[in-house]
Amino acid sequence: MPEKFDCIVVGAGPAGTACAYELAKAGVNVLLLERGEYPGSKNVMGGVLYRKMMEDIIPEFYKEAPLERPIVEQRFMMMDKESAVTFSYKGLEWGREPYNNFTVLRAKFDQWFAEKAVEQGALLVCETVALECIVENGRVVGVRTDRPDGDVYADVVVLADGVNSLLAKQLGFHREWRPDEVALATMEILKLDKGIIEDRFNLEPGQGCTIELFGDATKGILGTGFLYTNKDTLSIGVGTLLSGLIKHKIKPYELLEYVKNHPMIRPYIQGSEPIEYLAHLIPEGGYHSIPKVAGHGVLVVGDAAQLVNAIHREGSNMAMTSGRLAAETIIMAKEYNDFSESMLDHYRMKLMESFIGQDLKKYKDATHHFDAFPQYFERYIPMMNRAASQMFTVDGASKWEKQKKIWRDFGSTGEKLKLARDVIKAWRVMK
Amino acid sequence: MLHIVACIKQVPDTKIIKMNPKTNTMDRASAPAILNPYDAHAVEEAVRLKKKYGGTVSVLTMGPPPAVKAIKKCIELGADEGYMISDRAFAGADTLATSYALTKALEKIAKHQPIDLVICGKMTIDGDTGQVGPGIARRLNIPPLTGVKKVVEINKEKGYAIVQRKLEDGYEVVKSTLPCLFTVEKEINDISFAPLPNMIKAARYQPTIWTADDLENVDRKQLGLKGSPTIVSKVWAPPKPEGGQLLEGTAQEQVNKLLSIIFEKKELFQ
Repeated sequence: MPEKFDCIVVGAGPAGTACAYELAKAGVNVLLLERGEYPGSKNVMGGVLYRKMMEDIIPEFYKEAPLERPIVEQRFMMMDKESAVTFSYKGLEWGREPYNNFTVLRAKFDQWFAEKAVEQGALLVCETVALECIVENGRVVGVRTDRPDGDVYADVVVLADGVNSLLAKQLGFHREWRPDEVALATMEILKLDKGIIEDRFNLEPGQGCTIELFGDATKGILGTGFLYTNKDTLSIGVGTLLSGLIKHKIKPYELLEYVKNHPMIRPYIQGSEPIEYLAHLIPEGGYHSIPKVAGHGVLVVGDAAQLVNAIHREGSNMAMTSGRLAAETIIMAKEYNDFSESMLDHYRMKLMESFIGQDLKKYKDATHHFDAFPQYFERYIPMMNRAASQMFTVDGASKWEKQKKIWRDFGSTGEKLKLARDVIKAWRVMK
Repeated sequence: MLHIVACIKQVPDTKIIKMNPKTNTMDRASAPAILNPYDAHAVEEAVRLKKKYGGTVSVLTMGPPPAVKAIKKCIELGADEGYMISDRAFAGADTLATSYALTKALEKIAKHQPIDLVICGKMTIDGDTGQVGPGIARRLNIPPLTGVKKVVEINKEKGYAIVQRKLEDGYEVVKSTLPCLFTVEKEINDISFAPLPNMIKAARYQPTIWTADDLENVDRKQLGLKGSPTIVSKVWAPPKPEGGQLLEGTAQEQVNKLLSIIFEKKELFQ
């Protein structure tokens, strides 16, 4: 007889583990399935973990979790070929409890987080692939795995199986993602001495810095690059919409090599040694791409539900919160012993009322807008660089003359009007 | 009903381990801990024999608390019970002291249910000695059958086992009385893909853990570092092979060059 659990969670990433943790804590009999050798072995992220959403699950986790560095400075570089306009915020309040966010390495962090769920009583089974949901009379009643005697049953199944979510797709919750709904991120982990990292990034011992790269970092393709400080490694990567890579016929690893060799970046990473190469899809369809997230006996969380805020590079926090909200819903459903879609749909409502729904709604057209109008990245960022160069180069010309030159560089009257319109449009999609 | 005990060890994965260049010792923290690959074949064979002849499979290990993970792996493979001896008194044991401690644990297991067969891996990949298995057999006073590549037959009623032992130029067929001890080659079987119920059982499983005090008639002088006469006087890295030669050119040219080199150095092949 196959075993029956209260709940099966498919995927031990931040969303699935958060869900399993909360369920186990409430005494729910939960099975957490992971296809990798251990949780985190297959997971990829640039590396920023947000403190608040993690603390909603495990208060003061930063006292024991394997974190890299608390981030005290966030820089943003608008890059051209040989220049960059940078703005940043550095605040030492981020270097003290309760902190703002941290860099992490997922292979270590996810493993630790899953161990915490196991301590709460979740049953973790790794190296096991969920092939499909078992559906009986229109209800999801379990999961079929790739192992012999691999069927296992539950009142409710939580799909935390990541961006492609084959299981949700099989249920007809979403179609194949379009190339403009997913970004492909490639990254490397570079080994570099602790002291050198702190010198190069102007950091006190133990503190961290993140740099987001726009413009020439992605050769003008919509997307961003990033360079994050870990304990004794750097994470460097680029993520661009798949549609952009296809349109520009560029290979993702070429883009990564380009960033690594960019004159604005090379000095940061000089002398480092690549120790790992990772690549992953990121769901960036935003609000319009959120699929059906609740059905009879089934919920969808995290990347599988397209819960990523591409503009603010937030995803793991949304994953955790969605996992937690799914757990709350399941605990309620268990009280009423009702796992129908109408009961489980409370999860969707909670999701939309939370910061996840609100933020994704706020930026619902942003990615699509910048994708449809490439001039922001292709034209305006270089223009910004030329303006800064003009203004700050002391060559005997008066500042008035310089302003005139910058103004001329903005183009013809028609182009200036277009620029003004684009600024307003950008404001509209971001506000 | 057979009672088979597999002795296993958790080892650092030496395929990826880093060496400390100063001391020439292994940096154990640099590699994940895994079930010794030869021991996985030992457990697999025990489970196959159980399926064929009926019975139970127990696994036994000595190690620090994290070694529970290696026992869980064995439960995944189909073992029924797991026993672990874990105590600071066992620390620093060489093969002599290890075989002593494991023998004491086997005696305790045997009191609960007599043992018909002990199976060990050929050797561990961190020590490479292959001494613990035969050491246990000597202490239990049962026949050691090393290098087993195939189990032909086990007959508990008539009290014998027939196996094939690997030799340099083939194999020999050996018949032994039961109980006895096998150490097995990797080629004895292929590890099966564990069924899901085993995975779930393993995730829940907690082995029986004994300290030195839990074992009976133990001479403490024979445990751990105290009971280990082995002295490591010097450790050095093997010299890197030198003198390799890369042949270039078309396939035909390379073959011609290779033949002429072989001809030049033909005395090496005689």
